Amino acid sequence: MWTPVSRGRWHGRALTVWATAAAHRGLLEPRRTPSRGAAAKSRTLDRLYSSADRKEKIDMSRFSVENTRNFSIIAHVDHGKSTLADRLLELTGTIDKTKNNKQVLDKLQVERERGITVKAQTASLFYNCDGKQYLLNLIDTPGHVDFSYEVSRSLSACQGVLLVVDANEGIQAQTVANFFLAFEAQLSVIPVINKIDLKNADPARVEKQIEKVFDIPSDECIKISAKLGTNIERVLQAVIERIPPPKVHRKNPLKALVFDSTFDQYRGVIANVALFDGVVSKGDKIISAYTKKTYEVNEVGVLNPNEQPTHKLYAGQVGYLIAGMKDVTEAQIGDTLYLHKQPVEPLPGFKSAKPMVFAGMYPIDQSEYNNLKSAVEKLTINDSSVTVHRDSSLALGAGWRLGFLGLLHMEVFNQRLEQEYNASVILTTPTVPYKAVLSSAKLIKEYREKEITIINPAQFPDKSKVTEYLEPVILGTIITPDEYTGKVMMLCQARRAVQKNMMYIDQNRVMLKYLFPLNEIVVDFYDSLKSLSSGYASFDYEDAGYQTAELVKMDILLNGNHVEELVTIVHKDKAHSVGKAICERLKDSLPRQLFEIAIQAAIGSKIIARETVKAYRKNVLAKCYGGDITRKMKLLKRQAEGKKKLRKIGNIEVPKDAFIKVLRTQPDK
Amino acid sequence: MALPGARARGWAAAAKIAQRRRHAEGARGSSSRAPPSSRAALYVHWPYCEKRCSYCNFNKYIPRGVEEAAMRSCLVTEAQTLLRLSGVRRVESVFFGGGTPSLASPSTVAAVLEAVDQAAHLPADSEVTLEANPTSAPRARLAAFGAAGVNRLSIGLQSLDDTELQLLGRTHSARDALQTLAEARRLFPGRVSVDLMLGLPAQQVGPWLGQLRTLLGCCDDHLSLYQLTLERGTALFTQVQWGTLPAPDPELAAEMYQEGRAMLREAGFRQYEVSNFARNGALSTHNWTYWQCGQYLGIGPGAHGRFVPQGAGGHTREARIQTLEPDNWMKEVMLFGHGTRRRIPLGQLELLEEVLAMGLRTDVGITHQHWQQFEPQLSLWDVFRSSREVKAQLAQGLLLLDHRGLRCSWEGLAVLDSLLLTLLPRLQEAWQQRTPSPVQGG
Repeated sequence: MWTPVSRGRWHGRALTVWATAAAHRGLLEPRRTPSRGAAAKSRTLDRLYSSADRKEKIDMSRFSVENTRNFSIIAHVDHGKSTLADRLLELTGTIDKTKNNKQVLDKLQVERERGITVKAQTASLFYNCDGKQYLLNLIDTPGHVDFSYEVSRSLSACQGVLLVVDANEGIQAQTVANFFLAFEAQLSVIPVINKIDLKNADPARVEKQIEKVFDIPSDECIKISAKLGTNIERVLQAVIERIPPPKVHRKNPLKALVFDSTFDQYRGVIANVALFDGVVSKGDKIISAYTKKTYEVNEVGVLNPNEQPTHKLYAGQVGYLIAGMKDVTEAQIGDTLYLHKQPVEPLPGFKSAKPMVFAGMYPIDQSEYNNLKSAVEKLTINDSSVTVHRDSSLALGAGWRLGFLGLLHMEVFNQRLEQEYNASVILTTPTVPYKAVLSSAKLIKEYREKEITIINPAQFPDKSKVTEYLEPVILGTIITPDEYTGKVMMLCQARRAVQKNMMYIDQNRVMLKYLFPLNEIVVDFYDSLKSLSSGYASFDYEDAGYQTAELVKMDILLNGNHVEELVTIVHKDKAHSVGKAICERLKDSLPRQLFEIAIQAAIGSKIIARETVKAYRKNVLAKCYGGDITRKMKLLKRQAEGKKKLRKIGNIEVPKDAFIKVLRTQPDK
Repeated sequence: MALPGARARGWAAAAKIAQRRRHAEGARGSSSRAPPSSRAALYVHWPYCEKRCSYCNFNKYIPRGVEEAAMRSCLVTEAQTLLRLSGVRRVESVFFGGGTPSLASPSTVAAVLEAVDQAAHLPADSEVTLEANPTSAPRARLAAFGAAGVNRLSIGLQSLDDTELQLLGRTHSARDALQTLAEARRLFPGRVSVDLMLGLPAQQVGPWLGQLRTLLGCCDDHLSLYQLTLERGTALFTQVQWGTLPAPDPELAAEMYQEGRAMLREAGFRQYEVSNFARNGALSTHNWTYWQCGQYLGIGPGAHGRFVPQGAGGHTREARIQTLEPDNWMKEVMLFGHGTRRRIPLGQLELLEEVLAMGLRTDVGITHQHWQQFEPQLSLWDVFRSSREVKAQLAQGLLLLDHRGLRCSWEGLAVLDSLLLTLLPRLQEAWQQRTPSPVQGG
């Protein structure tokens, strides 16, 4: 997330620019607008007083519902969503035209580095067309399937989307997934073919793909170059012409959807809202339909893309409100806000964030625990979808078990810890939430439910007490040049995937749909797919519930002693290969001892893999005379000191490193 | 080259006669002696070499010219100073190491021995060893060293394979080595030791055993087998690091060691220490002093010593290190009479740790009497009997604790460093439990 300072900097700059631009268009009464120099100076001051104290407030009642459009841009990674957003912001005077406008809406360092958008950003564009003032609300969506819930909530505030497709790469997996999200939400879809300036651009082919896969006539595609600014006006025209205004009523009581929230350390939670009905202004008493808590609105406004306070927000408009919420969990995405004493039916589709991938996180050195704890707290204050449970491992010490929406979410979280908080952590191999349907009456009574979710392998109930085990599955979409089809299918088969569909989207591109067990893709599936297709295949997935699975609990034994921290839940078909891999990794990292060590993977009493670490045959300094004694004693004492820190499994000494090597997420091979 | 002085010749001549007598008596006991604090061994460091060996990280220098007279005078001065400081009355062995001490003049050796005999008593039958390099020690020169008072030679033969010798950066060939060995045996019968290295990069078990067999056919009564330790900063280390040489295989080295020591046992050698083998009682008494934690003085650049500076009123044993660089060391000796750079007092616990770590390197290990000399209150039984981990080592047959004392078994000796990682913390624990104030011993 951005630090408060940089946030303030942007705030100051964008605000000034907007004020200038707005004044030009006659939206505001002529007022003294601060010079750029003054704005630069006020960067730090900006934080000191709330923007609510400013006098320049926009009267949003000027924008009628008929002249309002709410839309999102959806696209595959790197197809130019953020660049198009920048151009739209420039064209409408929302931000200055400078060379620095690189993905203004992507605020996170990782977002810019990886060309993905993690956190949804929103901007209100004021656009003059045919003598009418339009309010175009661009609701930027997270660009990854991990955040499909956030995407679906953002889309529920829209009436249409711009579906951006790269003129060179054509339709990719994420394009398909995004299209169907918009399609299911019954939104108008405007296909935009971007990067037509590229040498290898083939917009005609992409038009045909769009026609074939999405059933959209090819003459509806707008061909642009966001980089060069080509045809951007046509995009805005299409937004006005092809997307209907929201169907809302100002006269009804307030009904506002929370579609995002951020945390500001000075002002508390800033909730991004879309008004379905009614009006909201400062001083209103509002209630969260989910928590039933009451708040008083301190500030409302629009995003430009930074907060610009307004007098009110009206039905059909999109903006933010600050209402004394202390924690992002109080402004959950999908929640409905209404006025005190004027309850409304909550908007459909709300659910709490449901983590799908779990991983243990531990400081590399236990002395770092408190620093890491505060870094994790700071990060989760802005991301309520990460679940945090304290955990401790005999081998790795005190840490947490974190739940993430998906793999990328996990990776982004870890990167942000490293980049923004300079924290190095041990992240254990991700696991997925398995379920068990209990048959034992005693256990059902103990858990108070028949179906339990198993996050920690230690809780895995024995087969005799279970009707069946379930594992989460996803429906994966892969788009690949057809020369790689064979290899891709082999990879999917090896991951226990079942083919559901296969179609050619053009002469040489294939779209494959597979049902995958989630745990088969959490570790290195994406990297394998990329490497076997020279980077050309794309992959995306959506949640597909649970399926019955033959799961087993695998123990790791050292000379017959169970190693608690290495218990793994694994599918029966994968037990051998997983067991073998763990044994091999342990063999490479266990130091020799005075006796042989048998490393075994076992299911119940059956051994399925074994490796051996031979005993030390020779470990004694060759030369030890008068001049060597001091050095030798120092070395021995250091080693003896290190030995005290080793964990003992039976009489075997296991260094922390060995556990880390087995448990931590494996780097790409 | 100056000949040894008249007094020195006198000591050397007496020593010659004594040597024959001592030989007939066999290995000597050490009980009927002056108190331990008045006895010491003496190590003399000659820091110069002709050429740098690729495996050696010792304190040595390749000079353009050695001011031998100045060096000699400084060695003599430092020997006198340290003997005075220590209050040592009797020097029981002298070892000229290096570097390449066989590059020094026999007169320098004689001068040092003479000074020692003057300042303290150097009994005529004391063991006086010189490390000799095959190329720098032709017969005439060896004889001159003998005349100067040297009565034992340790030859750095290292290998009987010319390719390996080249790899090690040695200046001699296998032929040179065998010739030097033969000459040394004629001059110092029963008093010649040879070093053989094992575990070199790419070295195989069979051929190495062949070398050992050849050596058994022509060696004297003492042999040292040294596994190569790759030391940081040596050419060999760098080559292995860069991958231009294969890393030595520890499995093969272990096998060479096991097979080698078995072959030597067959041939009637006693493995009296981890790397040292002797028959007919030809143990090195000088090195034995190190393993028994006896006092020793170290003179010359970078030399180490361990003694109680009784002559200066001290009561605690100190670990002492002399200044490393020869030029600086010489300046200091000329100014202060010695070039001691560091003095580290050894606490009682530290001394016991050394007794343990060094003593277990020998075949007799630590006898109860030996331990009692250093620690009369806390017996070996007290320290080790109750430890579960020590019991496991005893049960595994790696360690023995009985009426004689504590020692390694044949198998245990090869993995002593692993055993010590249990024994040393156990000793510390027992010591802390025994001593009311753990402040002591720091």
